[in-house]
Amino acid sequence: MPKLTINGQAVEVPAGTNLIEAARKVGVEVPHYCYHPALSIAGQCRLCMVDIEKTPRPTIACNTPASDGMVVWTETDRVKETRKSIMEFHLINHPLDCPVCDQAGECWLQIYYMRYGLYDPRMRDEKVHKPKAVPLGPHVMLDAERCILCSRCVRFCDEVTGTGELGIFHRGDDSEIGLFPGKELVNKYSGNVVDICPVGALTDRDFRFAVRVWYLDSTASICPGCARGCNIEVHVNRRRPHHNEGRRVARLKPRFNADVNRWWICDDGRYGFTFVDDKTRLVAPSSREDGAVSDATWEEAIAAIVGALGRFAPAEIGVFASPKMANEDLWALRRVLEQCGIRRVAFRVPPPVPGDEDTLLIRSDKNPNSRGAELLGLDGDGAAILRAACVRQVKCLWVFGHDLLASAWDPAETDAALRALSLLIFIGTNSNATSERAQWVLPAAAWVEREGTYTNFEGRVQRFRQAVEPLGQALPEWDILGRVLQALGAEVGAPRAERWFRELTSGVPAFGGMSYQAIGDTGAVLNAPSAGQPRSEPASRTPLR
Amino acid sequence: MRLLQRFYLVEVLSGLALTAAHFFRNMGLHLAHALGRKTARGAVTIQYPEERRPYSPRLRSLHRLVRREDGSPRCVACMMCETVCPARCIYIVAAEHPNPEIEKVPARFDIDLGKCVFCGYCVEACPEDAIRMDTGILEFSSYSRDGMIYTKEMLLALEPAGRDGRPTSPVPIPADRRP
Repeated sequence: MPKLTINGQAVEVPAGTNLIEAARKVGVEVPHYCYHPALSIAGQCRLCMVDIEKTPRPTIACNTPASDGMVVWTETDRVKETRKSIMEFHLINHPLDCPVCDQAGECWLQIYYMRYGLYDPRMRDEKVHKPKAVPLGPHVMLDAERCILCSRCVRFCDEVTGTGELGIFHRGDDSEIGLFPGKELVNKYSGNVVDICPVGALTDRDFRFAVRVWYLDSTASICPGCARGCNIEVHVNRRRPHHNEGRRVARLKPRFNADVNRWWICDDGRYGFTFVDDKTRLVAPSSREDGAVSDATWEEAIAAIVGALGRFAPAEIGVFASPKMANEDLWALRRVLEQCGIRRVAFRVPPPVPGDEDTLLIRSDKNPNSRGAELLGLDGDGAAILRAACVRQVKCLWVFGHDLLASAWDPAETDAALRALSLLIFIGTNSNATSERAQWVLPAAAWVEREGTYTNFEGRVQRFRQAVEPLGQALPEWDILGRVLQALGAEVGAPRAERWFRELTSGVPAFGGMSYQAIGDTGAVLNAPSAGQPRSEPASRTPLR
Repeated sequence: MRLLQRFYLVEVLSGLALTAAHFFRNMGLHLAHALGRKTARGAVTIQYPEERRPYSPRLRSLHRLVRREDGSPRCVACMMCETVCPARCIYIVAAEHPNPEIEKVPARFDIDLGKCVFCGYCVEACPEDAIRMDTGILEFSSYSRDGMIYTKEMLLALEPAGRDGRPTSPVPIPADRRP
């Protein structure tokens, strides 16, 4: 463990730690572009120069391992002068088109130039012109003029995804990032190159011109796209409703979590939020009688559900819980089921096409909370419930979010089962073929519109927070179920997600001792031994920002 | 106070006499002016709207959007004016420009003049000199709030004021007032 001094502060770091990471440990930021803790060291940008005593000239911090007795200074006049010169060099051919650049506001070139730049440029020559607005793939747009050739994107495609689509072509000031002939940036993690690009060279096609980044608000959340439960930030546009065609959620960005997703998320997760502001969203409770749909109030809807629960015998009621529901919702559902004595419950509905999976992040189970539903004992035989419905043993079906008609089950049989029902109740965020058949349709709040926790496949309980208000009259499922429970005469406390979670922790041993505070921003692991193997990633790595 | 002044009526009559003297003198002068004697000037009355006070060259009047040579807006929809606007009266929606060198163009550029405070920050903030407040137009009104929203097309059609500060383009008529 070498001991060194950075800006007068002593610090001890593991052997092999470079000076950028060592400085970060004492709270000193060394400006850099090409260095990324997840990627190999390139030493391209030369911005991370620091002064080391007894060395004749400033040295790049990214490629200098900390050694015992080193005395490092990061803010000497010589270092500042060097940074200024290097920034001037980076900007020789940079178009300075910040007003039209989507990166403006979160651009490291802007940030460091404001801090260390040479405000009076000396360059008088015509800039080198390169291709602008070139689509590299379905998600990424390249502006070669803005590129400072840090090669992060190239190293990402070589080292993280292993697909190697990108390279640096030509020489000298004609160098530019580009695709190898016949290739396209279509790997499942291509959106990450936009995140790691420190400048506006690679931008998101999905987010192009949608909202200026300074209008966005950020909320810590969890990706609901698969069982991995990648940590994300939800960026919402509340301040300028005329932007982004009125859609509130503008984009999702990965949030560093050393134990789950590190710096990355997959493209399916990144662009999988469109259902939140989709036209199919359910906004008010509605009932359907003889094909005529009429809006109802929540009181009427809850009364209808409670009436149905009383009208049918418990054995005649089937429930399809959803693994897309949070732990809090599932616990509230379990309490309703216990209150009524309903035993026919399932949550697994096999997708028509099995989900893809890889070794990096993507899991084949495309639901964020299957493990939570398992732990809460809601795992049953869904096909059996539908078979029972066909022979009228089940007369009332209560479906959460699923589209039973778009599953791996035979659509004709499912259709027959739904036809045989006396009552179908649907609770979900968006309408689908199943909700079209339901007599009662109740709107649920999407995950960005509410609080809750998901349990990922490794048994990590992670918390997502509310980023926007629920659309229309939509309510979180725990609130709907809490109202049902109250109407059934059970004791229900304050209508808060946290209260349901506290009740869950005392009811299910695996969750014992957890609290929203203990879960924090990075999640907490369940008490029971988990089914999946926990990944052994080094936890000491820290995020870039 | 003198005794006469304490009689209300006397003072009222002397006041009326003064007012009437000014009234008839000015009426005569204005009549003479109207009948062709241009040297005859009545009291400080400006025959608005035919006559106007001179405008200061730094007057902030109705906005206009500057055009490129081909008539398209110079604006690149960078949202700097929208961001700096303290009244939040500018609404821009960006779209792709066919020329990648320009890259961005406003698909929509509305100013809600019912909200605008005429601070001129939008003009200051613009990196492209695409918005100016030099039309000299001060009179715009509407029967509805919606009528105060001036669209990109209306703002693009405006010309700068003349050398004397007079508007050179007609006052744009909002859609709700068009015949």
